[in-house]
Amino acid sequence: MNAGVVIFPGSNCDRDTYWALSHTGLNVSYLWHEDSELGDVDFVILPGGFSYGDYLRTGAFARFSPVMRAVSDFAGKGGIVLGICNGFQILQEAGLLPGAMLPNKSLRFICDWTYISIENRNSPFTSNIRDGNVLKIPIAHFEGNFFCDDENLERIESNGQVVFRYSDESGDVILSRNPNGSLNNIAGISNERGNVLGMMPHPERASEEILGSDDGKRIFKSVAEWLTGNS
Amino acid sequence: MSKLSSQGIKMMKYRIEIVVRRKSGVADPEGNTINDALRRLGHNEVSSVRVAKLFDIFVKSDDAFKARDAAVKIAQEVLVNPVIENFEILDIEEVQ
Repeated sequence: MNAGVVIFPGSNCDRDTYWALSHTGLNVSYLWHEDSELGDVDFVILPGGFSYGDYLRTGAFARFSPVMRAVSDFAGKGGIVLGICNGFQILQEAGLLPGAMLPNKSLRFICDWTYISIENRNSPFTSNIRDGNVLKIPIAHFEGNFFCDDENLERIESNGQVVFRYSDESGDVILSRNPNGSLNNIAGISNERGNVLGMMPHPERASEEILGSDDGKRIFKSVAEWLTGNS
Repeated sequence: MSKLSSQGIKMMKYRIEIVVRRKSGVADPEGNTINDALRRLGHNEVSSVRVAKLFDIFVKSDDAFKARDAAVKIAQEVLVNPVIENFEILDIEEVQ
């Protein structure tokens, strides 16, 4: 199975993401922001970083790049897309995921470990994570405070689109473990169909035991197994 | 400076002032921080502060209404994220 990591001007997690994905049995390649075709990929990843300098709004300009038209088409056909951190913000700006990110409540850039509970196990990103319901994965962002209006929040919740929530290490979703003020402790959401996921925590930074956790790798592995099982 | 286009239409330049605000109900931590600071400094008359973005867009057009329409389209397409923001055109003026 083939995974493609998109590089935008200002992406800075592309290499880590490539590294982590290549250790899950996937064939990984880079996709360039000016590419208007994705080629033979089964899984597209928008990595973290500061695409286009975060000018205007985070992710605002990346959505106009040629590659994003191709990513939208790919997602529309049910292709698996993961946006990590800035990648999540880009997917929101592109209208592939609901809501928007506000600055963290503390107005500080937060770089720290978080625990996230798995809230939806029917997702390609989680369905093959068999043991445990909590993942230890770090965040690194200034704008991760998920926001949408009440009506959309209700829709997202009732559709089971919330895939990850900030929690404590035992999986209890409590306000004191909400790092950034995001609504309902939301750390990751999918689209209605479930094939597009955005998450603020960085799974690629938790893909080696020596770095403190390899829980992030379990998300990539889940997708790899899901793709193999559905091919 | 007005000049003739290739079709012989007199082209003007307009400055269009657009403000982008967070919608009411959308948290504004920066505004809250400024508000807190003002009150600490004794400005007890201040009840709240909201931070907004101001854009001056310069548009070439043969009339002000067309220039305004172009600015509205630009605001909707690029300047605003409709989930959290709205915009208002504050001013249009012809400039040199």
